[in-house]
Amino acid sequence: MAVRTEPTRARRILTPLVTILALLAIWQAVVSVGLVPNFLLPTPVQVVQALVEDAALLASHCVATLAEAAAGLAVGVALGFVFAVLMDRFEGFYLAFEPLMTISQTIPTVAIAPLLVLWLGYGALPKIVLVIISTFFPITVSLASGFRSVDPDVVDLMRTMNASRWQIFWYAKLPAATEQFFSGLKISATYAIVGAVIAEWLGGNEGLGVYMTRVRKSFSYDRMFAAIIVISALSLALMKLVELAQCACMPWKRAERNNNDR
Amino acid sequence: MAGAGEKNVQVADGTRSPAASSADARSVRGEDCPSAGASRPVGGGTGIPALEARDLTLSWDGEHVVVQGVDVTVEPGEVCCLVGRSGCGKTTILHALAGLTMPMSGRVLLHGEDVTGRPGRVSYMLQKDLLLPSHRIIDNVCLPLVLAGMKKAEAREKAAPLFERFGLAGCELKWPSELSGGMRQRAAFLRTYLMGADVTLLDEPFSALDALTRVDVRRWFVDVVAELGLSALVITHDVDEAVSMASRIYVLAGAPAAGEPSHVAGIVPVNRVASESFELTDEYLAAKRRVMALLG
Repeated sequence: MAVRTEPTRARRILTPLVTILALLAIWQAVVSVGLVPNFLLPTPVQVVQALVEDAALLASHCVATLAEAAAGLAVGVALGFVFAVLMDRFEGFYLAFEPLMTISQTIPTVAIAPLLVLWLGYGALPKIVLVIISTFFPITVSLASGFRSVDPDVVDLMRTMNASRWQIFWYAKLPAATEQFFSGLKISATYAIVGAVIAEWLGGNEGLGVYMTRVRKSFSYDRMFAAIIVISALSLALMKLVELAQCACMPWKRAERNNNDR
Repeated sequence: MAGAGEKNVQVADGTRSPAASSADARSVRGEDCPSAGASRPVGGGTGIPALEARDLTLSWDGEHVVVQGVDVTVEPGEVCCLVGRSGCGKTTILHALAGLTMPMSGRVLLHGEDVTGRPGRVSYMLQKDLLLPSHRIIDNVCLPLVLAGMKKAEAREKAAPLFERFGLAGCELKWPSELSGGMRQRAAFLRTYLMGADVTLLDEPFSALDALTRVDVRRWFVDVVAELGLSALVITHDVDEAVSMASRIYVLAGAPAAGEPSHVAGIVPVNRVASESFELTDEYLAAKRRVMALLG
């Protein structure tokens, strides 16, 4: 029976879970046995203890980081949307800005973050600006290529129905771009958290990045790892949120998936 | 009502009377289909062709002539075919007839009115069904009504009674991805019908379907066109598709890529005898043979 079957749901969840648990066990053993000195590397158990002890503090820093990330992401998405629409509508705009956007992506965020702090101070603004800079590009590019992915025959057909430019955009181009938009948004969501943390790291009063610089200076690496876990969890949660939003916005995808499962 | 429509198709002498078919269609629409979108001009009996291309000369780029001096006439209630090899400029002609492009010279007349270069006057259907994957079937077929400014609920109300007739009952709220190829083409044709024009251009409409579905859908299409009093010009490279659907076939010959513009090499009338399997009759084969000879 050489029938290829999809792995069951239980297997898809259990297999990576076992891998993670095994790695954690190895980590715990390596430190407990003394292969790596404990002052350099805390054990997973110590990390969890730190996470629990500092939960209240982490939560308050978490709120600051999330607020910056969300504000930056919202502005980044809005700006990206406007740019993508303009690039789709005006050929000249596309030609003028397309290379610039690619170049902007080669600028390392760690390099501009200190400048932003210098220019905009220690408040939330430089963090939000950095998040905007790092999320704007994936949104714009995914939307612009999504708009372009529409079948030109669909546009012709709609023209024969006397559709206006706006109607063609609303009925054909926008739905055609949703899939790519959401993959761009997923990337942007993780960039948003990371961008906010980097900016905080370089100067600020609150946020997970600030927390991390403080615990680093006091050599409490277990707290450092606790912060890393929180950042990962935030990114994963945001990605999941984007996925849920995608499902809600694209009901036809569910039907397509059901067809494929059959 | 469906019975009356079918009778209309199977006129034995082959030359379906345009006037009679249109009048019949009008009565069909009047009694059975008050919801069929915008008012349709009916040219039957006036002697004015439903669609006429006069001396069309077309080009891809404004320099190289692709199609030279093509005349095509589709009488009201008639299904005509334009057959040519791949790359002979069929789709270029379709775009010009649909008003999407301006011809280098020549005119396109719809019921005698000059519609050259004006889109939105004839309806149009391609091999690809072009259903929007993001919209349910009912909203896809309602698209022309909604684009013309009708409220969504009102458009749905107008389209709903037509699902039965188009063999789509029960598919209203499905997504396009949930339908088979044949059903999707039916939905595409219902959308075409709701565009409200009585002349339909079709570009290889059914050649992507599997062989058995294709035969069924072609027959169904010819029936529905007659029943609804439409006129259609089918553009195809498939000789069988042409002979099984048309009452007259325009054969397009030429090789534009080699600098030899396409022209109408001949017009083949098809003697559409009433038969369960028209595709097996001598009349069918005779027409097919003549078309193939003209294609060279």
